[in-house]
Amino acid sequence: MTTGEKTKPGGRFYLTGLDQVIAWARKFSLFQYPFVTACCAMEFMSTMGPMYDMARFGAEAPRWSPRQTDVIWVVGTVTNRQAPILKRVYSQISEPKWVVAFGTCASCGGFYDNYATLQGIDKIIPVDVYLPGCPPRPEQVLDGLMLLQEKIQKEYARWDRWSFGSKEA
Amino acid sequence: MSQKLIDRIRAALPDAVIEAGVTHGDAWALVKRERYLDVVRLLKENAECMMDHFIDLTCVDWPQRPDRFEVVLHLRSSTLGHRIRIKTRAPADAPVVPSLAPLYKGADWFEREAYDMYGVAFEGHPDLRRLLLWEGFEGHPLRKDYPKEKRQCPIPFRDDAPAQPKPFKERP
Repeated sequence: MTTGEKTKPGGRFYLTGLDQVIAWARKFSLFQYPFVTACCAMEFMSTMGPMYDMARFGAEAPRWSPRQTDVIWVVGTVTNRQAPILKRVYSQISEPKWVVAFGTCASCGGFYDNYATLQGIDKIIPVDVYLPGCPPRPEQVLDGLMLLQEKIQKEYARWDRWSFGSKEA
Repeated sequence: MSQKLIDRIRAALPDAVIEAGVTHGDAWALVKRERYLDVVRLLKENAECMMDHFIDLTCVDWPQRPDRFEVVLHLRSSTLGHRIRIKTRAPADAPVVPSLAPLYKGADWFEREAYDMYGVAFEGHPDLRRLLLWEGFEGHPLRKDYPKEKRQCPIPFRDDAPAQPKPFKERP
């Protein structure tokens, strides 16, 4: 697929693929659902606030309904008892959807290596980006967000939800 | 004042107290399981005790003892200001202790938590179900013989879920 700016006597136009245009639009208009369970939320709030300003990266609007959501941030420790709720929230999100495991606890259970804690949310839902740290710094959060955007830009044919792109049945 | 509280129990119920003392200015008493409810009722209703504030109820597991489970109760009087710690013991084969929920409403969830974590049944509790863990959880996780590597989840894992990491090695 060739992309690039071309000029014609009448004016300038841009050649690209439909997939790439859609991915480009998607990655800069992420509606996010904060599934916040623990102390990592402080860093998430800091990242959302004016100091680090996640809105610069096109991820401004939080949505409190999973049905209006593109990316779910699982922020904090998820207990085994919370696991069915997380799974249910995840399955309510319409395609396309992405998951970020925010912090060590969400990524692998962290130091809560005990009977109560789910040892990483990837046991029950697929994860796109892991953010290690206890908690991760806002710079790291923004780095993870940019990683997710790179990943979204590389995805092809995920705009047809009936034939492609469903990661989870 | 704490010693007076113990004397008061001993005078009213001479056969109930096994052992008693004063630690850091607060009274404690180990009482017989059969007289546990009588002791608490005395502490609540007697005019010299007036223990109307239920602070805490928990349990301790002593696997090497014949009376394995020790239920620990903290009470305080909001008018007189004194406190007491009441302990009672239950054997491993019949971990049953009388419930305080009819006396103190606050005891309801504390006893449910102790039942959830230690498997101690509270006789006379109106609604003895698990509090923090879900129905169907196997075992009682704060017992000393609960395997610490054991993991339970109410929903099945994904088919392509990453393997469970190995637990940290024990220090030699």
